[in-house]
Amino acid sequence: MSRNPLVRPVPPTSWFFRHPRYLRYMSREITCIFIGAYCVLLVVGLQRLAAGPVAWESFLLGLRSADSIVFHILALAAAVYHAATWFNATHKAMPVQIGEDFVPPNVISGAHYVVWVVLSVAVLFLAGVF
Amino acid sequence: MAKSHKPVVWFPFAAGGTVIAFFIPVIVLLTFMAALGHVPAGLSYEKMHAFAGSGLGKLIIFGVVALSLWSSAHRLRCTFYDFGVRADTLVATILYIAAIAASLLSAAYLLQI
Repeated sequence: MSRNPLVRPVPPTSWFFRHPRYLRYMSREITCIFIGAYCVLLVVGLQRLAAGPVAWESFLLGLRSADSIVFHILALAAAVYHAATWFNATHKAMPVQIGEDFVPPNVISGAHYVVWVVLSVAVLFLAGVF
Repeated sequence: MAKSHKPVVWFPFAAGGTVIAFFIPVIVLLTFMAALGHVPAGLSYEKMHAFAGSGLGKLIIFGVVALSLWSSAHRLRCTFYDFGVRADTLVATILYIAAIAASLLSAAYLLQI
């Protein structure tokens, strides 16, 4: 038994610069800031929708500011990055075993990507984009 | 075996992560189009009001918003910790209460439609 166990000091605010893997982890972590902010925007939109047609139209007009456009670009990048990393991790989170063998990881992740595209196209269609 | 409250936090987090992955990118795309001045036909007041006015529409909107809020709150809690804020109980309390409050507000707004 060691009486002086080695404790490596970990800098609490800069540890993620120590390895590219940590940086990738943190780049995924910060996407939640934009997604969380976008959720708040959705709640505001619901409030405007409940307040009537004039409020809803001014909400849509408010979206057209430069700040909103920049925010949307960041939120879109964050949402797509979150989705891709989430789907890439699905085969680790829920491996599927058939008989003796595991279903190949890229089949599980690939199936999620296919469903993602189908759902996105369906939502765009229902929203009257095309 | 010791009982843990973690599943209560974790289940909506995982469900929210999946909902965000599948639906938030396309929803952001829709409001991004509106931001660029090309408002999709489905985002007109009549269409949105009719959608949010139906029982199924209310359920879908509430499900997406509430689960996404909870998942974001849980991830923000982890992000605060990772950036060196070690007051985890305080951060968690504030974020979870904010997520629940915003979900209750969305439910109230939906019930007015």
